[in-house]
Amino acid sequence: MLNWLGFERRVALRFLREGRMQTLLIIIGVAAGVAVVAYISALISGLQANTLTKTLGAQAHLTIKAPQDEVAPARAPAAGVTALTLTQPRAQRLRTITNWQAMLPLLEAMPEVAAVSPMVSGAALALRGEASKSIALMGVDLDRYDRIIGLRSKVVAGSARLGPGEAILGRELADDLGVRVGDRVALTTGTGTGAGATGSSTAAGVSDSVRVTALVDLGVRDLNRRTVIVPLRAAQSLLGLPGGATVLDLTLVDVWAAQELAERLRRQFPGEIESWQQANAQLVSALNAQSVSTGLIRAVVMVVVVLGIASVLVVSVVQKQREIGILRAMGATQGQMLRVFLLQGAVVGGIGSLLGVLLASALVWAFVTFVRGSDGLPLFHITLHPGMALRIAALATLCGIAAAVAPARRAAALDPAQAIRL
Amino acid sequence: MSAAQPTTATPMIALAGVRKRYNIGQPNEAEVLHGVGLQLAAGEFAALIGPSGSGKSTLLNILGLLERPTDGSYRIEGEEMVGLDDAGLTLRRRRTLGFVFQFHHLLPAFSALENVTLPALMREGRVGPAAQERARALLDAVGLGAAMHKRPGELSGGMQQRVAIARALVLSPPLVLADEPTGNLDRQSSDEVFGLLRRMHAELNTAFLIVTHDPRLAARCDRVIELVDGRIEHDGPAAATAA
Repeated sequence: MLNWLGFERRVALRFLREGRMQTLLIIIGVAAGVAVVAYISALISGLQANTLTKTLGAQAHLTIKAPQDEVAPARAPAAGVTALTLTQPRAQRLRTITNWQAMLPLLEAMPEVAAVSPMVSGAALALRGEASKSIALMGVDLDRYDRIIGLRSKVVAGSARLGPGEAILGRELADDLGVRVGDRVALTTGTGTGAGATGSSTAAGVSDSVRVTALVDLGVRDLNRRTVIVPLRAAQSLLGLPGGATVLDLTLVDVWAAQELAERLRRQFPGEIESWQQANAQLVSALNAQSVSTGLIRAVVMVVVVLGIASVLVVSVVQKQREIGILRAMGATQGQMLRVFLLQGAVVGGIGSLLGVLLASALVWAFVTFVRGSDGLPLFHITLHPGMALRIAALATLCGIAAAVAPARRAAALDPAQAIRL
Repeated sequence: MSAAQPTTATPMIALAGVRKRYNIGQPNEAEVLHGVGLQLAAGEFAALIGPSGSGKSTLLNILGLLERPTDGSYRIEGEEMVGLDDAGLTLRRRRTLGFVFQFHHLLPAFSALENVTLPALMREGRVGPAAQERARALLDAVGLGAAMHKRPGELSGGMQQRVAIARALVLSPPLVLADEPTGNLDRQSSDEVFGLLRRMHAELNTAFLIVTHDPRLAARCDRVIELVDGRIEHDGPAAATAA
């Protein structure tokens, strides 16, 4: 189809070349618009990805917890009797997820699930000398838990190892207790049914002495100040839940599938199932607000681009009325004239988009290269993905064609007899 | 009104009872053509003359399928044009008619050769070797072989009009309508262009209908049609009209 649009193509390009200053200006306008849209898109998606990575770096995408203890409903009043009931909520005790061992392979078999890690967690005290700190005791299988939050990559001292009698501490907690890798720390809980591998049971609770193998930075100072990670079995003993697990942590292939999977799992498993979106509702709300704002900015820029192309083409139609009349008199159909101007819109949109994407790539490079935080490192990494660039360029080209519709229709509808007389 | 030239076969064009009214239903409604009847045979060389405001341009626009008559019939090679939609009129215009305008109306962004090949490009989507050859031959024939790659702005008025004539003839239309083709030229250029039209007519046997104010040129046509106040006053051989 070499002949396809041969006439339209030739005339459209000549018209654009003839008004080269107008053409150049509008191409620059389109390029600027596309560059702004592409750069903002890359910036915001980079910012959101960075925020998500930091937020989800220390937590699971989805958690399954044991159901809470509920107050048994009062006996229903007799017919015709109105009863006012006052129910006091029950104090929640640490409970294990029923049959969690059987749930593990079922969850792991799901295509959305990348990793599952059981955990026993509860409150405890860490003691060393005269220092006593309230801690969040977490018993995990190190390999599984590493796949949830990448624990090994967060080690700042020592080496991640969780043998019997060993523990990993948050960096700030180690500072508070004055311990270093290799030191021992005593852990004690308020309740228990027995002693751990090296622990002892007292009337007050269960105690154990552990050796610190590594210090970690979880990215949140408050977490670093109270986190103690021990082997699953040790935590089960300390918290009085032999063979139990209070939480199943899940990492998903696609973080944004968490909400939908949580709803599906609620229908299959008892217990409290919470997605990261529910756990971080304010963050999700902020991200959504950011996305909406970005969308609005993009829409406004695109509207400006469309209006710019349309106004230039309208002027072009007015300037070229006589030429349009001559072409029509010579036998150009209304469809051919329509396509001449639609093609002009497409060419302006296409070239502008290409230049805009190149400009956006340069801006992204400049951001990554020159914008640094106080620590001298890049604030966060941003990239202009080819798919995103292609989508924006295609959208701008379509906008160029859409912008040309009104001028093109006007050109096609020109009365050739009148146009020639002008 | 004298009779048109006798025709044996279907005339090239045939107007019958053509009226043209503008601003219909408005207070300023005006009828410009009052039942014009006209036939032109294939290969004729005729002039359409008349004072300003007589309706010549309107008649030419109707003949060129650029305007529709309000009433009457217009046939080209026996086919009725009244009632055709815009696409039908456009395709018929492309197939049958060549135009030469007073102000040449070349496209300034295209070279002389490109202007001449435009009708072929419009019809085929490309300019094939045959169309290219024909355009070059026509430009040679009108004496512009050496200037074919120049833009209209680089050519004199007479040269531009010669390019317009070549363009009108490139697809070998059976009829060329020329609206004051020499109206914008000095006497010498005017004679050259008119001589060229006559030569093309003799070589190609294309019918020409030339609107002109110049009685000197009209007298050099085979037939003269005089339009006065929207009616054909005279129609006959040039010598008879001059007399």
